[in-house]
Amino acid sequence: MAVTLPFAPWADPDVAPLIEIRDVTKRFGAFEAVKSLSLAIYEREFFAILGPSGCGKTTLMRMLAGFEAPSEGTISLGGQDMAPIPPAKRPVNMMFQSYALFPHLTVEKNIAFGLKREGTPKAEIAERVTDIMRLVQLTDFARRKPDQLSGGQRQRVALARALVKRPKLLLLDEPLGALDKKLRQETQFELMGIQETLGTTFVIVTHDQEEAMTVSSRIAVMRDGELAQVSTPTDLYERPDTRFVADFIGEVSILEGRVTNASRGGVGLSVMEGAPDLRAATRTTPPAGTTAWLALRPEKVSISVLPPAAANRMRGKVLDIAYLGNISTYHVELADGAIVKAQESNRQPADRRGITWEDSVWISWEEDAGVLLLA
Amino acid sequence: MRTTWGQRLLVALPYLWLLVLFLAPFLIVLKISLSDLAVARPPYTPQFDLSEGWSGLRDFLAALDFENYVFLAEDSLYIDAYLSSLKIAAVSTAITLVIGYAIAYALARSPQRWRATLVMLVILPFWTSFLIRVYAWIGILKTEGLLNQFLLWVGVIGEPLTIMNTNTAVYIGIVYSYLPFMILPIYATLEKMDESLLEAAADLGSTRLAAFFLVTLPLSLPGVIAGCFLVFIPAIGEFVIPDLLGGSDTLMIGKTLWVEFFNNRDWPLASAVATVLLMLLIVPIVLFQRQQMRQGMGS
Repeated sequence: MAVTLPFAPWADPDVAPLIEIRDVTKRFGAFEAVKSLSLAIYEREFFAILGPSGCGKTTLMRMLAGFEAPSEGTISLGGQDMAPIPPAKRPVNMMFQSYALFPHLTVEKNIAFGLKREGTPKAEIAERVTDIMRLVQLTDFARRKPDQLSGGQRQRVALARALVKRPKLLLLDEPLGALDKKLRQETQFELMGIQETLGTTFVIVTHDQEEAMTVSSRIAVMRDGELAQVSTPTDLYERPDTRFVADFIGEVSILEGRVTNASRGGVGLSVMEGAPDLRAATRTTPPAGTTAWLALRPEKVSISVLPPAAANRMRGKVLDIAYLGNISTYHVELADGAIVKAQESNRQPADRRGITWEDSVWISWEEDAGVLLLA
Repeated sequence: MRTTWGQRLLVALPYLWLLVLFLAPFLIVLKISLSDLAVARPPYTPQFDLSEGWSGLRDFLAALDFENYVFLAEDSLYIDAYLSSLKIAAVSTAITLVIGYAIAYALARSPQRWRATLVMLVILPFWTSFLIRVYAWIGILKTEGLLNQFLLWVGVIGEPLTIMNTNTAVYIGIVYSYLPFMILPIYATLEKMDESLLEAAADLGSTRLAAFFLVTLPLSLPGVIAGCFLVFIPAIGEFVIPDLLGGSDTLMIGKTLWVEFFNNRDWPLASAVATVLLMLLIVPIVLFQRQQMRQGMGS
């Protein structure tokens, strides 16, 4: 019986990365946009660079495209140093945030632009343009100009124009930023489908963590020009390395405390005078006395009126309830003023939910529900 | 919806303006062009006189003829003057386009904080009288003028160049005077162009030169067309520049018209020259209007 291994070339030491960014620094005057950053991206990956605005993610992408040159360090693609190669000669294409469609050319001619520059024979251009238009469902719009298209259609023209050159690497700069939410979600899945069909390596830059989580094989979280963490979406969510990452990806409550008794597989964490120590599972065992933080995802915290039987429980008062329809998030204030969010799905109708504002409640979670962070 | 009198008046105002300030004077000129030269004051017959009644009006209309136009068509001087004007206007427009495009491009690519100042500098000459600026060129271009003195001093030439009173001086004058009308519309189109379009062109394999001809130039075409018309149309009828800078062999219709009117006091013939000039100009003006309309609808 054939075993399908999960797609994880980064875990295989025998696979050479497609892109290798080595100690790259980029300075604009005195400002360091990217600080000695190293990163390897593998063939067929859908790789997301995620971070708040101003974190250097766009600069990093522009260096991959060739619009900016690194101040220090090297970028290689398929083992070849990219430094001397101008954007026009790189086997890399970019889909611009503004789409940058040529307004004076039709959809068809926009898409054919790159192939014509390469000197591809006419018949082949026609064939490849037709194929790619079919792939992105633009066949009916071939003769239209960009200003006669909707936002979603323009986005697909930009994608087709970049893909038709069959680049080794496709860069997407906030590709879905200009679309409304519903269209964005549909388009995310379309993008994934197209990437899978063509097998091209995609690198997407985004500030939208949901988008990054949905589409990518791995995510690099950037902060102030440095990499905060590079992991799969699951790892990033379940096992963040730092408070920044935990906070940036999804919702989280963070409790600060001191490590008391470390033992194999878990530690005690004192977060409040007089309250029993919390138990948290860890893979590393930090020495007692270390300051540490416990990151709790709201959906892993339960809320109840009666004291529950769980590894960790604390008393608190309901400060706020965010009703989202399918779920409600309770903001519970602990005795020391810290706030922990607990999420419950609304299986009961709203009027039969037992908990309301100002109620005294218990929150609880299992030993392996939280993540112990040391930074 | 019912239109009120106020609204009607508002719509009628520009038409009224055109009627009083353009159409009425034109009809008078047209009428004079159909009259005959006379030693009188004003120097033409027939005069329009309502006191004679219907028969007077009939006599008046009977006295009008196309003699002057026939004369224009038969005397090669006028045809040559028209053709020479068209040629000088066309060549000047081409030179203005090349220089104006370069300046507009440099303006649009200059740092944002300088742009307002640089555009201001382009407009600055308008603050001085046009006539005085053309006179200033005499001081520069004449045999013992600044340009010749400078070139002699540098040692590029051995003896002064004769530029003044030649067609070259006329070209210099027209290009200089109309340059801002070329720069501004081109700058306007270049300035609003999204720079990521050029990055996209580079990303898709274009050299910088190819990107210019495939992206920048086509996108600035509306500005180029507007600029060319704004230079070409007034340059055809230009009088001051050929009169002050040109020589006796500089043939331009504006100058011919002036000579007919003031030197020869032949108002009917001068009016015929003016009417034909207007007819010639209507063609590019209509083309320009149509282009502007199309652009207006496109955006």
